Amino acid sequence: MSMNTQGRPTGPGTAAPATASGAALLPDEKLLFEIGDTGHSGVDLPEVEIGGDFLGGFERTAPLALAGLTEPEAMRHYVRLSRLNYSIDGGMYPLGSCTMKHNPRLNEKMARLPGFADIHPLQPVSTVAGALALMDELAHWLMTLTGTAAVCLTPKAGAHGEMAGMMAIRAAHLASGANGRNVVLVPESAHGTNPATAAFLGYAVRTIPARADGTVDVAAVKAALGSDVAAIMLTNPNTCGLFEPEVIEIAAAVHAAGAYFYCDGANFNAIMGVVRPGDLGIDAMHINLHKTFSTPHGGGGPGAGPVVLSAALAPYAPVPFVRAGELVEHAEGGHLGRIAAFHGQMGMYVRALTYMLSHGGDGLAQAARDAVLNANYVKARLGGTFSLPYGDGPCMHEALFDDSFLAGTGVTTLDFAKAMIDEGFHPMTMYFPLVVHGAMLVEPTESESLQTLDQFCDAMLGLAAAARAGDAARFTGAPTRAPRRRLDETRAARQPRLAWEAPAA
Amino acid sequence: MRYLPHTEAERARMLATIGVGASDDLFAAVPPAARLARPLDLPPHAPEFAVEAHLRALAGSNHAAGDGPFFVGAGAYRHHVPATVDHLVQRSEWLTAYTPYQPEVSQGTLQMLFEFQTQVAHLTGMEVANASMYDGSTATAEAVLMARRLTRKSRVILSGGLHPHYRDVVRTYLDNSPALICQGASPAGQGDILERIDDDTAAIVIQTPDFYGHLRDLKRAADAIHARGGLLIAVVTEVVSLGLLEAPGALGADIVVCEGQSLGNPLSFGGPYVGLMATRKDFIRQMPGRLCGETVDADGQRGYVLTLSTREQHIRREKATSNICTNSGLCALAFSIHLALLGEAGLRRLARLNHARAVALATALRAVPGVELLNRTFFNEMTIRLSRPAAAVVETLARNGILAGVPVSRLVPGDRAVDDLVILAATELTTDADIAALAAGLAEALK
Repeated sequence: MSMNTQGRPTGPGTAAPATASGAALLPDEKLLFEIGDTGHSGVDLPEVEIGGDFLGGFERTAPLALAGLTEPEAMRHYVRLSRLNYSIDGGMYPLGSCTMKHNPRLNEKMARLPGFADIHPLQPVSTVAGALALMDELAHWLMTLTGTAAVCLTPKAGAHGEMAGMMAIRAAHLASGANGRNVVLVPESAHGTNPATAAFLGYAVRTIPARADGTVDVAAVKAALGSDVAAIMLTNPNTCGLFEPEVIEIAAAVHAAGAYFYCDGANFNAIMGVVRPGDLGIDAMHINLHKTFSTPHGGGGPGAGPVVLSAALAPYAPVPFVRAGELVEHAEGGHLGRIAAFHGQMGMYVRALTYMLSHGGDGLAQAARDAVLNANYVKARLGGTFSLPYGDGPCMHEALFDDSFLAGTGVTTLDFAKAMIDEGFHPMTMYFPLVVHGAMLVEPTESESLQTLDQFCDAMLGLAAAARAGDAARFTGAPTRAPRRRLDETRAARQPRLAWEAPAA
Repeated sequence: MRYLPHTEAERARMLATIGVGASDDLFAAVPPAARLARPLDLPPHAPEFAVEAHLRALAGSNHAAGDGPFFVGAGAYRHHVPATVDHLVQRSEWLTAYTPYQPEVSQGTLQMLFEFQTQVAHLTGMEVANASMYDGSTATAEAVLMARRLTRKSRVILSGGLHPHYRDVVRTYLDNSPALICQGASPAGQGDILERIDDDTAAIVIQTPDFYGHLRDLKRAADAIHARGGLLIAVVTEVVSLGLLEAPGALGADIVVCEGQSLGNPLSFGGPYVGLMATRKDFIRQMPGRLCGETVDADGQRGYVLTLSTREQHIRREKATSNICTNSGLCALAFSIHLALLGEAGLRRLARLNHARAVALATALRAVPGVELLNRTFFNEMTIRLSRPAAAVVETLARNGILAGVPVSRLVPGDRAVDDLVILAATELTTDADIAALAAGLAEALK
């Protein structure tokens, strides 16, 4: 066998694969530090003499050892790496709880206008009237959509919004002299960030069990309420994809006990324009702009998590905020101090408002209805084969299945998910929510066409049939068609290698 | 509606498959009292050109940094970002990918994060870094909490040179705990903060270059805090400085946090930015945020995964080190690409160029009557005292198209001692003509 100049085997004797795989377009890419070196650079900058004597003897002596690439090398490195990623532009993400919808490119174009991208958070307020007007307009949309009295835009992600909302609740209790409230109620189906946020603020977490139908029982909430409870953190629609039918009664019970109602707004996409959380009696709710309002997920961020507040909590919003067109930067009265430097995620505000204006009030309501329609369509097509822990009634924006249909096949939920990769789909959310054994949570979002939904359902049904037919190897060995086969996560955790190290000379 | 694929006919077919008559039937579980009985009082959907016109009008009523001479810094800096960076971060596979929880189809993001962590470790002189935080200020607050967990001590001392916003964020995160000792932010009358370290001090937080631009002695602080069993948290808001100034890790820092915006990311009115956090290997199990690690796949091929997630909220829930979930992935990518394009040679040249421009600025400012330069040391940022209240002077210059810097009173209100101070930054984008225009404008305003 000979090698061509690319290092690939060539000529007679090369074993031909059974089918074309596309692997030729996905070459392995070495690390930046293995390609570049400290002498290469892709930026032209003059070498200048340093005058004056202003460095005080603090000049660097430690090596930087930063590898550089010229522009063509950098372009190729990052383009090649990018091809190893799944993306929403390339395919459907049926990830429950994540709302991976289409990311419009008009959003990106608008965020890059110099009047938004090239303004400094501390330049004179008189020079940023348009930025403040944009924040005001976004706040108006968020308050109108949720039926609430105020919004704090600054949180940098959903968990940060939870923190801001729960801090406002803590401040409100403190202001009213209620010092003994050190417990937060959290249903067992909650996102991990909810108990983590409560604990982060020093609260003890009291877990509320789920009913057999996957929803929260107002009686269980009442039983857990007491003079030591500061708040409940409830997701609605919940993480089983169900609207909490007793949410209004739960809010009333929480308020009657002197506590506040924090709603996790991660699933707001299901109810935009259909239900206003403020009408249900919620006091605070964060909104993930990177879920509901289409700002890109970016491989894990940045997000934005504005938190809407009821009239009772509005006086405790952290600074800064825009009030009657004025930027308020310093805490006064009961307002909390800063939760981050500057004014929050302006780049995400621009993208989210662009999306809202494009859809309009009518379009956002239709988007919610289509999101629910798509989830129910998937549930209807798969429901006869995949097991439904909570019956075949309508769901909201996501359909929850469990793994009992895999019983006796030797295939686990994880195996099934990895086999989906070989079918060209990103896996669905697995093993969450925790209330269901072997949960498989599917959220198609409104962005998926009927054709894509049918392809997805056909692939899922085909896999289920293969599992039941005894083809376990197809699952336990999966994926075989991705850039990597299953990775050894135990080894990564037992012998952490978190940075590249030069090989010993 | 251009983002919604279904026709009415398709919706009807889907409803028939589901077995319901109308879309409303899918909302049957929503109690009638919870439903909105009328359409939202919001404008209807609009064509792309109409939305674009509206946003262009808003953007057009802001004064962009590139519109004239610009000297605003104080925690966010205007640098040139190579065109390659913005092109690459807009590729679908970077921009629209999810968090890399499925490593087999996320090796691009994961390898990038591994490279990013390595770059941050080298830049700060530390052993390990995480995969990013929201920004420098929240990273500072998380570092303080991490230091308290590591030392099991409670007192934390914040230097007066720490950015006032950062100090506010730490205060808010710690619920104004009395264990938080904050040195006054005013440069006048600051005693030696190291004398306040005691045996119950978990950490001292020192920013360098500090809020006023002075370079601070990390080595002396490290020796003092280590002698009492505490940790040094070093804060850097201008990462370009690390191309010229000593690495905090080489001076004894235990945790280094930075605002990474200067590399790859636009000013964008304050966000999104990217927080960097680096530390010693021994401390990683108390580090917040995602970590990417190297491993192998079933065929023995090298690959990368998110790891040590037993620190994180999705596994540990209320026992997690932090509630952080989403971080600043795409901003970390922009940072990493920009730093790869610079490389060691480019970063050193960029840092020297920034310092040289600041020296030119300082020289010009010192020649203006009524201006006093307070700094004996600086990297690319400095504080001047004016013969008049600073806010009004900055406002006057802004009306003439010159953004002259940040009046300290905007961040430290109610302290008369700072009323006449302005902080100014220079970068590689600052021209001689910009400096001349500023000097002339200041001379005129201070007449």
